[in-house]
Amino acid sequence: MSAESINPEERSVGVLPEGPAVKQNIARRQLIGQIWRGIFFFAIVFGLVALLTLILDVVNDSFGLIATQSEVDEQEITGGRELEDLSQAELVAILNENLSRRVLTRLNREQPLEERDAANLVEVIETEVLKTELVAVFPLWESLTQRAAIEERVTERFPRAELSWKAWVNWDFITTPMSSVAFNAGVRTAILGTLWVTMLTALIAIPVGIFAAIYLEEYADHRVWYNKIIQTNINNLAGVPSIIYGMLGLAIFVRVLEPFTSGAFFGVSSGGGATLNGRTILSAAFTMALLILPVIIITGQEAIRAVPNSLRQGSYGLGATKWQTVWNIVLPQAFPSILTGIILAVSRAVGETAPLILVGASTFIVTDPNGPFSKFTVLPIQIYTWTQQPEQEFKIIAAAAIVVLLIVMLFLNATAVLLRNYFRSKRVSV
Amino acid sequence: MADQARARAESIGVSIPTEATVDLSKRPHIGETIIQAILFICGVLSIFTTVGIVWVLFQQAWLFFGDPEVSVLEFFTTFRWVPEIGLFGVWPLVTATFMTSLIGMLVAIPFGLAAAIYLSEYASDRVRSVVKPLLEILAGVPTVVYGYFALGFITPLLRNIFGINTVNIYNMASAGIAMGILILPLIASLSEDALSAVPQSLRNASFGLGATRLETAIRVVLPAAASGLVAAFIIGISRAVGETMIVALAAGAGPNLTANPFDSAETITGHIARISGGDISYGSIQYTSIFALGLLLFVITLGLNILSRRLVARFREVYE
Repeated sequence: MSAESINPEERSVGVLPEGPAVKQNIARRQLIGQIWRGIFFFAIVFGLVALLTLILDVVNDSFGLIATQSEVDEQEITGGRELEDLSQAELVAILNENLSRRVLTRLNREQPLEERDAANLVEVIETEVLKTELVAVFPLWESLTQRAAIEERVTERFPRAELSWKAWVNWDFITTPMSSVAFNAGVRTAILGTLWVTMLTALIAIPVGIFAAIYLEEYADHRVWYNKIIQTNINNLAGVPSIIYGMLGLAIFVRVLEPFTSGAFFGVSSGGGATLNGRTILSAAFTMALLILPVIIITGQEAIRAVPNSLRQGSYGLGATKWQTVWNIVLPQAFPSILTGIILAVSRAVGETAPLILVGASTFIVTDPNGPFSKFTVLPIQIYTWTQQPEQEFKIIAAAAIVVLLIVMLFLNATAVLLRNYFRSKRVSV
Repeated sequence: MADQARARAESIGVSIPTEATVDLSKRPHIGETIIQAILFICGVLSIFTTVGIVWVLFQQAWLFFGDPEVSVLEFFTTFRWVPEIGLFGVWPLVTATFMTSLIGMLVAIPFGLAAAIYLSEYASDRVRSVVKPLLEILAGVPTVVYGYFALGFITPLLRNIFGINTVNIYNMASAGIAMGILILPLIASLSEDALSAVPQSLRNASFGLGATRLETAIRVVLPAAASGLVAAFIIGISRAVGETMIVALAAGAGPNLTANPFDSAETITGHIARISGGDISYGSIQYTSIFALGLLLFVITLGLNILSRRLVARFREVYE
């Protein structure tokens, strides 16, 4: 449009508005902008507060005051002294005095009293003579802030009860097996189960995942139909809910391949931890491996894709074959990123619960797993089972088990970061 | 030059073939072929996984629907699920799944999107480098821990706010909120990817016209990233539908057809987890019924994932 055709009225539209109204308008818009900025920021604060609350909630439940009550007064049997101060001989004397002949015979059959050490004897006195029982538990925050009220309530309801501090996460908790009494229960079996399942899962999934990623990035021609299908399929598998993998594991590994996963095929007989059915560590590991494979493949592909082509061409130029190039040039370059993906996938396997419910983790088991054909339980299953119990003290040990699980995962992730940094520093810079 | 080099090479014990002896034709490498075959098998393994899933679900669901006690029609048109007396109407489980996912998304979408807008449009690199790993931790917490959190913290909180008589010990609202917190980081991270993919030139043009940061974010960046954002939300929904441990612990046991979020009700996944946790005999109708439910769940989540992938692909075509 030529300049002449613009009439004067239209031209006046181009004049910038001025005056207080405009300034007001700008100030208003900027104020609204600031307010919304605050709202957006609040969303992040909300997320972080949720994370903090979750951690504090778990910690709050796993430490605190407990009230214990004994059938017999400690002072009465020790003559006013502390149990821990007594010598081994005195402890044996107390046991001989207070226990019936039958109980004594049983204890002596397990291990003669005279041969036991003082710590063990104190334990025996506590369970057999004093019959110490947990009567109430209090979370950390309440224990710290309302100590007086707790003391009052406890003395009112349980006059002979004793209040003491207890850290539910402790060495005993980690090293004792499961028990039907929350006070004595530990996560030893679950930790060992988690280690077994995770290690086997990693052993199966890592090589297969990396090889598949290499195939898809270095070898596959993506114009060919079957390679397209493989790629689409892996992307879709990554979105399948974990419980569906559990159903696959139940139908295939637990049932169809039972002779193989139960160990019967390999001549494993019953006894020890063996079950002679398919609900074994091996089935769990295969299921978990299938579950984390897509994650390993996809992150592996991204890592391999990020290796510059010039390195490959340099290697070919020196006469290396395809595999020599992949093995000696591409993989070492991509390794730090591949490792990150692997650790993410493995820590997912550590925390995953739903598939193992289907594959049939045991909910109550006290024997250590001793091989791929044992029945098993894992930490998340233990947490699930304990959280379901109506009694407060089981919720508390569930919290303690969560602390253990989170520490295991933190440890895994920290290792990943360290390893990644180590391999990154060794990598050729391009 | 070449002679000198050859002489030097020979002096250190390396023999370089003369031109006449060099054969430049491609030699067959049996080792290479074997390796390629192994790699291919690893790639194809994922197809077997899918085939396995589909086969198992369809085969057991076929047995379930083939049972004289049930029919496909009953499955989809009746409203009571009581396997013990042979009632298999799937709707109570579906509505509970829908309700918990809805509550989850009501938490995850606003907070996740707002967090994504802040991270992509406002935050400095330093803030981003601190906040993103923290949100990743939130996403990495095992879901069973969220179940514990829902039951031990969110439920008592809701009962304090709304009254013990209104809020059941096991309720869908508590499970939904915990699910929302779990999915928030996922939505935030996927949405941020979509927002960051919008070209800077669009923002600059908007700023040049005098728009504030908020106006640019809401009227320019958000519409431009819309399909990517919707794809992120759909992934979130799919995740919520398939989530098991939170609902298994906090939403309650027993199918219940109700629209009240403070009531207890069992979702599809929660039901599968509860039934398979007990001792069921292989081949019983209860056993096959969980596979029929699994098939339904698989179809729903697969549909959502494919839809989301389509949207992302369309979004990429526009900006890359």
